[in-house]
Amino acid sequence: MRLPQKSRAALAYLVLIVPSALIVLGFLWLFITSFSTRTEGLRSLGWTLRNWSFLWESPFGPQYPSIWWVTLNTLVMSLVMTLIVVVVSSMTAYALSRMKFTGRKSFLSLTLILHAFPSVTLLIPIYFVLIWVSKIPVIGRGVPLLGGLGYNTIGGVALVMVAFQLPFGIWVMKGFFDNISWDMERSALIDGASRFRVWWQIMMPNIKPGIAALSIFSFITAWNAYLIPLTFTAGRAGKSAVLSLYLQNFISESVMTEWNAVAAVGLFQLIPVVIFFLFTQQVLLNIYGGGKKGGV
Amino acid sequence: MKRRKQSEERGIFPLSNSLKTRNWNFSRLQGRLAPYAFLSPALIVITLFFFIPLVMVFVLSFTNLDMTNFGILEWWRPANWSLDNYVKIFTNRFFPKILGNTLIYVALTLAFFNVGMALIIALITTHISRGAGFAFRALWLLPRITPVVVYIMMWKALAGPAPMGIINNYLLGPLGIGRGEYLLNTSPWVFVILVNGFIGASFGMILFSSAIEAIPKEYSTASKVDGATTWQTIRYIVLPMIKWPLLFVTTYQTLSLLTSFEQIMLLTDGGPGLYQTEVWALTAYHRALTSYFGNIQWGYGSAWAVVLVVIGVIMAIIYLRVFKFGELVEEPKIDRL
Repeated sequence: MRLPQKSRAALAYLVLIVPSALIVLGFLWLFITSFSTRTEGLRSLGWTLRNWSFLWESPFGPQYPSIWWVTLNTLVMSLVMTLIVVVVSSMTAYALSRMKFTGRKSFLSLTLILHAFPSVTLLIPIYFVLIWVSKIPVIGRGVPLLGGLGYNTIGGVALVMVAFQLPFGIWVMKGFFDNISWDMERSALIDGASRFRVWWQIMMPNIKPGIAALSIFSFITAWNAYLIPLTFTAGRAGKSAVLSLYLQNFISESVMTEWNAVAAVGLFQLIPVVIFFLFTQQVLLNIYGGGKKGGV
Repeated sequence: MKRRKQSEERGIFPLSNSLKTRNWNFSRLQGRLAPYAFLSPALIVITLFFFIPLVMVFVLSFTNLDMTNFGILEWWRPANWSLDNYVKIFTNRFFPKILGNTLIYVALTLAFFNVGMALIIALITTHISRGAGFAFRALWLLPRITPVVVYIMMWKALAGPAPMGIINNYLLGPLGIGRGEYLLNTSPWVFVILVNGFIGASFGMILFSSAIEAIPKEYSTASKVDGATTWQTIRYIVLPMIKWPLLFVTTYQTLSLLTSFEQIMLLTDGGPGLYQTEVWALTAYHRALTSYFGNIQWGYGSAWAVVLVVIGVIMAIIYLRVFKFGELVEEPKIDRL
């Protein structure tokens, strides 16, 4: 079968446009549904704001945490995770990029292996590691806001996500450090600055695009995370619930899922990400700016 | 290259001379320890969440640790180890079904979306106007940045039964196919592949588009002058030029798909029929971390996971060799002072 050139081009566009339309329809549905009493397809059968009542009253009753508590949890978890990822991976990347020491090559290879390694497969033993961490006094549990770093705490969940993100972060950051000329750093070292000071005061301000890209990427990852919070916190509506779990609560536990209310909560979780994404798209694409050579 | 080396050496010599006047021993010790101080936080995290778990998952897989004997069984003792879990996996009635599901899931998602669709999007968006191309690529990134629970909810709405469901309403209905049923029950596999594929396509899309944009324009111009059709240009110019990204995306995404189960868990949770869409990674999770019939079997679940861990380690090492990750391991520019 030989189609003429024009209709083959049309076919190619069709292959692109039809699936793209599905994405658009999905998001449209979410938006329309959250403001409707009922919907048929994309047609609203009556507009309402009632679905958004979760903003001022807990839909499961007063014994469950309010959406704002859950949002605060999510925000704290995402910020803590982002902060640790950025600081730790840039420290590590700095050492790997600028210093010579025994074991450098093996550490770098290790990072790259871990970067490709599917960390999800280690969830089961990590569960035990977290339980073990929670037995350590103070650090394990009992830190205000974070709850601690052990099982069923915001800090613990953040820490696991840091681990999963770290190999990627180190790889990205090393790319950015590699691209900076070392003249400034060298003159600072001659003047007697310590390595730590050089890293913090001279190198970090110079890799701002890298820090921005990695921060945004990590933040979005943490904000969206579902599997890790699900696995490492006990109750879905408990004290350390995050938005993804809260939303899943609506879908699986109520007798009849109220899609309109669920859509509103979903939109509530989605909106910050999309806005964030739209404003930072250019910065985010930088993430591959540093690590261009090698693998990809 | 040679000149750069020389200038580096010239740069370093006066530096080390100037340091001779200082307290040499102290600064040398500090210089030797500094790298490890920088590395220590990462080392702690990697030890806690990669090394220890990696050893533990193997040990656990040899034990029958579950909820009933937790705290009683000394699982770290070799006396309690056996290969029973592995025997149990291979003699499991549903083993062929799960293995088959995994292969179907990985192969079809990879072929149609993570490589196929990604390539189509990359080819089209690099050949239409810049703005439109950019908009399409941004649109295809949306599924990846959408919270997974929200994303799955959208798909459930798309697949919904007749008056509510969007696909039934606007696509199948007018075309006269299907009876308006809940599509997740009638054709769960289609949706498992679509849901994962829409997320997966963006990875290849980004890499392929930048690779295609990097091809010098003269190549396609020359082939057009010679009278090649669009298909011939793609087949004989573009595809050979992006061979490495293609190979990288294929292998890397195979591994990601093999170990990802979050979306399937939220979409069908292995259903709707018995083990109908249950894949390998999901089985491991179900066995070890969700209460299945009120019993959590950490040991048995670990055995399922170990198979994936082994594949993961092997593939990761292969990447290191094949994709010249080694180039990144070049020596740093600054020496120890």
